[in-house]
This record gives sequence, C-alpha cells and structure tokens, in this order.
Amino acid sequence: MSAATPGRARAARSTRRAPWPGRAGHGFVAAYVLLLIAFGVVPTVYAIYFAFTNADGHISGLSNFSNAANDFRFLPAIGHVALYLLFWLAALVIFVVGLALLLHRLAGQGVSRALRFLYYIPGALAGAASVMVWLFLLDPSVSPASFLLRALGYDTFGQVIAPGHLPVLFTLIAFWTGAGGWIVVMYGALNNIPHDIIEAARIDGAGAWQSARRIQIPLLRKWIVYMAILAFAGGTQLFVEPQLLSQASVGVAGRDYSLNQLSYDFAFQNNDVNTAAAISVELLLIGLIAAALFVARSGFFDAD
Amino acid sequence: MPTDTHTARAHAAPSPAGTPPPAGERTRRRGRVPRNPLPALVLALFLVFFVLPVAWLLLAATKTDDQLVHGNPLSFGSWHALHANWTALTGYQDDAIFLWLRNSAVYAFLALIITLAVAIPAGYAMAMTQFRGRRTLLIATLVVMLMPNATLVVPLFLEINAVHLIGSMWSIILPYAFYPFGVYLTYIYFSTALPNDLLDAARLDGCSEFGVFRRIALPLATPVIALVGFFSFVANWTNYFLPYVLLPDSSQFPIQVGLGTLLDDVPQFNPTVGSLAVQRPELALATLLAITPVLIVFLFSQRFLVAGMLAGATKD
Repeated sequence: MSAATPGRARAARSTRRAPWPGRAGHGFVAAYVLLLIAFGVVPTVYAIYFAFTNADGHISGLSNFSNAANDFRFLPAIGHVALYLLFWLAALVIFVVGLALLLHRLAGQGVSRALRFLYYIPGALAGAASVMVWLFLLDPSVSPASFLLRALGYDTFGQVIAPGHLPVLFTLIAFWTGAGGWIVVMYGALNNIPHDIIEAARIDGAGAWQSARRIQIPLLRKWIVYMAILAFAGGTQLFVEPQLLSQASVGVAGRDYSLNQLSYDFAFQNNDVNTAAAISVELLLIGLIAAALFVARSGFFDAD
Repeated sequence: MPTDTHTARAHAAPSPAGTPPPAGERTRRRGRVPRNPLPALVLALFLVFFVLPVAWLLLAATKTDDQLVHGNPLSFGSWHALHANWTALTGYQDDAIFLWLRNSAVYAFLALIITLAVAIPAGYAMAMTQFRGRRTLLIATLVVMLMPNATLVVPLFLEINAVHLIGSMWSIILPYAFYPFGVYLTYIYFSTALPNDLLDAARLDGCSEFGVFRRIALPLATPVIALVGFFSFVANWTNYFLPYVLLPDSSQFPIQVGLGTLLDDVPQFNPTVGSLAVQRPELALATLLAITPVLIVFLFSQRFLVAGMLAGATKD
C-alpha cells in the first residue's frame, strides 16, 4: 500500500473524509463515557430525584427546598459563603494580576522563575494540610507571626477565630494555596501579548502603570474572567476549611458555616438525605450555570 | 476546598511561561537609574507570605511542644525531638499514619493508572477521529471540567450507598478516575501537536485504527501523559471531601482525612482528649509527611511545569 500513487492516495483520503463510520472513535471513548455517566450523570439525576421526593420515595414537590430554606442555619450559611466569595475573588483578582504584572517586569528571568515556583509551592499543601498549617499560624502561642496577631490585639486562638474574622481567614488559606497556580497562568497570558504592542505604547510615552492599565490588563480580561468564574464556582463549595476549623475549636467556629457543611450535616447528622440533596441540587445548579455560561459566552473553548 | 482542583484547572493557560523577555526590555531596564523599590518590596513580602509557613512547618517538626511555644519560631529544634516526635507519631494507633499514607498511595496510583488508560484514548478520539456524539461529548466534558468536584460529593454518596459500595476503596478510586480535565488536556494536545496527515499515512499503510493510536499517537503523547498524570495525582492526593464522606472506617482513610483524626486528639485544639493526646509538633510532622509526595512531584517536575503546564489551552 505504501507504494500507492499520489492519485490513489488522494482518492483514499477523500473517501476517509466522507462521514466516518465512527466505530473506532466510539471504542476509544467508551470507557470515558461510562465513567462520565456513572460519576457525572447518574449522581446528578439521583440528587435531583432525592431532592424532589420524601423519605418514603413519594414526590414531594419543593418541600425539601423549603425545608432547607427554613432551617435556621441556611440563610447564615449563604451569607457566610457570599462574604467569603467577595473577599476571595477580590484578593485573587487584585493580587494575582498585580503580582503577575510585577513578575513580568522583573529584569532577571531567573529571579522571576524562582519566585513563580516559590509562590506555587503552597499548592502542594492544598486540602487538609493547608488548614493544619494555618491553625498553627493563627494561634498566637505558637505562630511565627504572633507579633502581628498580638499587634492587632489578639492574644488567644479563640480571639483570632472569632466569627467575624472567618471570611478573611478562609480567604487567606485559599489564597495561600491557590494563588501561585493562577500567577503562573497570568504570567503565561502576559507572555502571550505581542511585545510590539507594549513597545509601541512605550514609545508613545506610556509608563509601566499606563501600559498595565490600558494594554495588559484589558488583554488579560479573558483570563481574569476565567479565573474569577472558576474561583467563584469553587468558592461556593467551601467545606474542608470550616469543617476542620470547627473540629479544632470544638464546634465554636466554623460549624455549619457553609452550604456544603449544611448538606453534609443534613445527610449524616439528621439522616435527612432529601433535604441534603435539595441543597446539593442548588449548589450543582450554581456550578452548572457558571460553567455553561462560561463555555457558551467566553469563546474560550471553541470546541471546533 | 476551593483550591484543590483549581491549581489543576488553572493550567489550561496560554503559552510557555519560560520564554525570555525580548531584548528591548532588558536594555531599557539597564538605563534607568533610580529604581522604584516598591515592586521589589511587594514581591518580597509575598515571598515571605507564601514560603515562611512552609519553612516554619519544616522546623516545627523538629521541636518539642515546649520549644514550639517558647522558642524562636524560626529556629531548629533538635534531632532528638524530631526522633521523639517520629516515635510518638508512628506509635499513634499502631502505625495508623503509615496505613493512611499507604491508603493515599493506593488510591492515588490506582486512580492515576485508570485515568491515563481512560483519558488518553478519549482525548485522542475526540481530537483525531469523527464519530457521532463527538461534539456533545466535548461540551459535556468542558462543563463537567469547569464544575467544582465537590458539588457531586453528597450525590455520589447517595448513589454509592444505593449500590451498597460504601466502604469499598473503589467507591473513591473510580470517581477519582473520572477526570474530564485530563481528557480536555489530551484533546488539546493531540489537536495541536499531531498532524492528521501523519495518521492518514499510517492508515494508508494498512494500520488499523487501534494500531494508529498505539504506534503513532501514543509514542508522541509522552508530554501530555506526564501532564495529565501530574494533575491527576496532585488532585487525588489532596482530596479531602470525597473520602471524608465515602469512607466510614478509620483504617481506610487517606492521609488527608487522617490528619483530621489526629487534629481531634490534639489537646490544645480539643481539651476533652484523654490519654491518646497528640502533641502539636507530631501533628506538624504528620502534615509534613502528608505533603511530601506532592512536594517531591512538584520539585521534580519544576522545569516541565513551567514550560509544559501552560501548553494546554491555545490551539491555533
């Protein structure tokens, strides 16, 4: 076959371009589709089913949703998560973009690369480990930053983790583990801006601040939106930080703080999986809407 | 847990980050005399913010609880104290810490292998072949990939509970192995890096579709296999919520959930602890052990991370 003439090759190719039977393609994706159904579609459908039925399996309309909404912990949990999201998104957008711009302007490439890597390291502590570290850092009796905590007037762990502080504290933890990865991404996006544009602006007299504000940041917009949407969707799922904090403070701080914790408690403390499912469906809907909006509107993932 | 998958998803980013700046920038810089110290100061402050806690954690494991409270926070304790902490920690519930580490390793590695076996062919097929439902699958992948994985934890529990698999290690390995981000990365990689003509040539030479994948695509896929493997491993190793909900028995916990158990037995955080008490430096040491595998992966993949992890998203 390898000796086929160009003419025959072209003919063969054009037949291949005709609608592909697709059997091979289906074979390659079969296992993935199976997992997608088992761990993406089925749990979603199952949660919806539970959310709209009662403990006996009868259709119960919206009663699980009103059950959840009428729970005394529900509105506070929404408030907590909303406040946390506000701090978390603001910190992320301002500092990640700012730091990426500063790193991009650094003359020494070695320094810039080393800093990006060092900023990224706490990413290795994502999950429970980061909370452990911050439990220590926030305890004035052992913290390396205890002078700072005391200067702010907090002498005990209990004072530091007062309820009003929690959104800021969770923001600190999330930023500490997550920002480094985003800085690397933003830096890469900055590298993608053609140098000619920056150079032209410089010749026109734009300083560092001017070119950042009028050229670089507008061109980063797509990435900033991408980051904000993922961070928003992720932030609504707050769980491990308040959960471990409530363990560490014997339930004083962080108990039933977020919607996921509430859903968890309904399922495992109250044995009320239907109300738990209702909250899950609400969270699922938020995640789904954020993701779908992004895929449809951003043009980020032009599928073909 | 907003961060665990973020780092992973974050890397669908534009271009290699390691490229040096254009020459113009450098010459300009040399000419400027009084440099504004503010940027350097900001960068240094954030360096302290990001690195100091890690350094502190390393040192905390070498101290006694008394040194932790009264000593200089950034001093080295002693090898003796480190050894004592190690002995006490490993003595906790008959080597529970090793059991948890082993569990984490088993879960993360089995999931990694299945992820690669599933995601690489799927991404390849979506990029290089035509089949019915391809576009739908691609969009579904994008949407699920952008959704935080914690959304499905409680629903997954309901599902796994219904099929009586609660407590089986597969109840978390299989959900871990479902990794749409890996499929997407592979899809991007193949659609940018692998010319269709090459596959056509192999087909003309009589290669079967599977043969084309095995002989042409797979040997060229090493970078993306490494990339998917890296993110999958890190995401699974650091996952807390799913095993916390799905595994009822302490002997099955991965290290992340195990840390929570240890935390419960630290008297400073839970005054009701009796004789089981875990000292704070032991908790620090356990945290250190828990992050070591990921830290090692980070260090060894540094070069490839900087150059490779951004290869993801542009497909021009």
